[in-house]
Amino acid sequence: MLDTQLIGRLRAIVGDGHFRDDREALVAHSYDGTPMLQSLPDGVIYPGSTEQVSEIMKALAEYRVPVVSRGSGSNLCGGTVPAHGGVVMVMHRMNRILEVDQENLTATVQTGIVTAAFTAHIESLGLFYPPDPSSMKISTIGGNIAECSGGLRGLKYGTTKDYVIGLEAVLASGEIIRTGGKLMKDVAGYDLTKLLVGSEGTLAIITEATLKLIPPPASKKTMLAMFRDLYGAARTVSRIIEARIIPATLEFMDNPTIRVVDDFAKLGLPRDMEAILLIEQDGDPETVERDIERIREICGLELADRIEVAETREQAEKLLTARRSAFTALARLRPTTILEDATVPRSKIADMVLRINEIAHKYNVSIATFGHAGDGNLHPTATTDARDSEEIHRVEQAFEDIFAAAIELGGTITGEHGVGLVKAPFLEWKIGKAGMEVMRGIKLAFDPHNLLNPGKIFANETRKRVVIDRG
Amino acid sequence: MANANTAELPQKQPAAASGNPLARTLQAKLDYDQLTNCMRCGFCLPACPTFRETGIEPESPRGRIALMKAVADGLMEPDQAFNDQMNHCLGCRACEPACPADVKYGQLIEQARDAIEDHADRGIPVTGMRKLFFKGIFPHRSRLRLLGGTLAAYRKSGLRRIVRGSGLMRLFPKHLREMESILPDATAKGVVETLGTVYPAKGEPIARVALFRGCLMDVMFAGTNVNTVKLLSEAGFEVVIPDNQACCGALHAHAGEMAAARELARVNLQAFADAGIEYIVSNAGGCGAMLAEYDHLLHEDQPLRGDAERFAARVIDVSKLLVDRGRLPAFAEPGNKGQEQVTITYQDSCHLRNVMKSPDAPRQLMKRVANVGFAEMKEADRCCGSAGIYNVTQPEMAGQILESKMEHAVATGARYLLTSNPGCLLQMKLGAAKHGGDSPMEVQHVVDFLYERAVRTEKHS
Repeated sequence: MLDTQLIGRLRAIVGDGHFRDDREALVAHSYDGTPMLQSLPDGVIYPGSTEQVSEIMKALAEYRVPVVSRGSGSNLCGGTVPAHGGVVMVMHRMNRILEVDQENLTATVQTGIVTAAFTAHIESLGLFYPPDPSSMKISTIGGNIAECSGGLRGLKYGTTKDYVIGLEAVLASGEIIRTGGKLMKDVAGYDLTKLLVGSEGTLAIITEATLKLIPPPASKKTMLAMFRDLYGAARTVSRIIEARIIPATLEFMDNPTIRVVDDFAKLGLPRDMEAILLIEQDGDPETVERDIERIREICGLELADRIEVAETREQAEKLLTARRSAFTALARLRPTTILEDATVPRSKIADMVLRINEIAHKYNVSIATFGHAGDGNLHPTATTDARDSEEIHRVEQAFEDIFAAAIELGGTITGEHGVGLVKAPFLEWKIGKAGMEVMRGIKLAFDPHNLLNPGKIFANETRKRVVIDRG
Repeated sequence: MANANTAELPQKQPAAASGNPLARTLQAKLDYDQLTNCMRCGFCLPACPTFRETGIEPESPRGRIALMKAVADGLMEPDQAFNDQMNHCLGCRACEPACPADVKYGQLIEQARDAIEDHADRGIPVTGMRKLFFKGIFPHRSRLRLLGGTLAAYRKSGLRRIVRGSGLMRLFPKHLREMESILPDATAKGVVETLGTVYPAKGEPIARVALFRGCLMDVMFAGTNVNTVKLLSEAGFEVVIPDNQACCGALHAHAGEMAAARELARVNLQAFADAGIEYIVSNAGGCGAMLAEYDHLLHEDQPLRGDAERFAARVIDVSKLLVDRGRLPAFAEPGNKGQEQVTITYQDSCHLRNVMKSPDAPRQLMKRVANVGFAEMKEADRCCGSAGIYNVTQPEMAGQILESKMEHAVATGARYLLTSNPGCLLQMKLGAAKHGGDSPMEVQHVVDFLYERAVRTEKHS
């Protein structure tokens, strides 16, 4: 519960209507896109400017009240659940595109802008901002920066971090810092820009971002390849890269996903296939034609059962339907859908998928896997029911094993969703004790009183590492 | 706004422990499976008109479901703010196609409103008005007819002129005055009175279909009903119009009067049972959507369940039937020799789009009209703010939504703005009158526009 004087001060900063502590507001800001997590904040505030954010932080720091800054609350790691109460700061009002600099090919935006609204504007100017997280219709640039969101184009174009070149941020003390700039080169000290990207709201509140833009590719071609042999599909991925071809998109669906998608979208997919690859290449038309032809050959060499290349945009859309339906189809199976993002080196994809299937079998839970094969980023997705605590326990055990398996294969516990609350107990598995100490030190330097999104990234206790049972 | 009750409630307490009677009713009526199905991904937020206008989470489908679930879980007592939030929803259901998990939001919001209505303390005048409309008038054709006749008389007698001149209208809130000014001429003569209960197909009949005439449609837009029958006939359908049919019950269901809605559904099941028809044709998206969900509405009604499922499966919008099965006549803009391009545009009926899932058929028909250019309006798929009686109950939000809607409409440069639902038609007429400038666009039902432009060999009269 907040001090009444503090409430008065917050109201004075943002205006009456933009601070709320009524029950409705608290309940509606107690969750994000992560299943089974809920915790009520003590207040909700909607700042309208960087100066207001700074004043708010000064007030909150004085009263030692924690703050969770967020955009639309669509993240999947519990990153914006106010686990320690305090104030939820919603950035939606700060949603302006401040500048598109066509000479430097940069855009400067307030971080509350919805990503799809931003890319629509950028594309209307004949420019391209590649990061395309599946949530982009609702997620904000600020949220994408906080979680370092990826998307389908990661392989060729990189992720959010590769496009953020400057930031304005408010520190826990209320001070405002600016990092980077419209600069393609900048080695003036530690790279605070990159440090803040993916910091999950634990180091500063990001209020403004300068983003790198690129010219859009001239053309695009889409194809689908189906495999009876999982390793054939995986080898195809590796051989495409070996052939020095970097596709714009290289997506993967495993057999359980194929079955669910076919039930849902009635696409007539062969249900005995072990894997489907969806491949897109973009660039100048000759290169695209040549690459797609070469990829078709590679698929043939790896004994793809069926290969379809779209000749028109409509055909391409049809091929894309299967992959696009994956999440929807899975989400409809059972009430609760838990989507993780274990990531391995792309050469290990087949091994990882088999391990996931073994683990699902071991715990008798239903897990389907799809994801971004080109960058090794898989989405093992459990379909379950939050009300069945016994089953949920088995799902949690399965995911622990999946995280451990990913690390064993040289991978990571999270490729693009972030650590948040959900993966905090497993972070040490990935980065080790010394790594944790360095990160704790960084956190302390930025936020000595632990006011910024407390409870995220750093767990009270690391989960005991289980010995992997290969049975 | 709610009192600032920040006292920590336990995270979860047994639902039955709540002492709040409304909380108990909500717990009983809300479908907990559906509440659980919402995985809070937030994909519905950009589809929601009230979220778009306010940017506030409680004004979104995800937020409203979270509030319902908080009540069901005992995390929150339903207060006035809760009730207001449930009523603030337009019920356009644009969130449903956007939902990956297929949460039946429309059902949840109706269940919430139904529970709220059970405990509503509205004071005698409002309760009386609701009772008069929902129980006294809408279910009874003769009374609605009478009201139509009275309204027509009010218009024709010059009483309207006198009332307007007298300043009496100033006693009403501004939004009701504005609405009154665009109401069409109501009529006491509906489609059956005009055409009888059976109307033959032109040429070899393709199918025998029944017209659902609606209640408001048949009073306010009886001409559209007549044109619907004639257009169907032109396209090769024999049309029957069962005279014992009732109001669809949509307004009742949206306002939380579920029992009354079910009663009307039972009357309609009976009325259309013996007609020997292949389709039940609606020309109002809102009514059609309601009829198409009778299976859900009467799901608990064991003896009628099968009938309701069969009924729902036969419901189709007039545009969809014409496109899918009709022998369409040629359509042409009269007197247009190609010197000046007439532009037309279309405002989706939310329920035709999001519930009946027929957004393309009206557009396909419109594109068939010769000498006319179809321009898609930006965000035509977004609710216009009419939403049943929303523009009467929530004038502020409806006005806000209408204003941006009309900006997009005007930007198309269209001379005609067409739609497929009486509520939208009225709201768009209001919009054109308010924001349309000196020469506002003409607002029409798709059927009227088409029928007037059908190139026929002989005319029915």
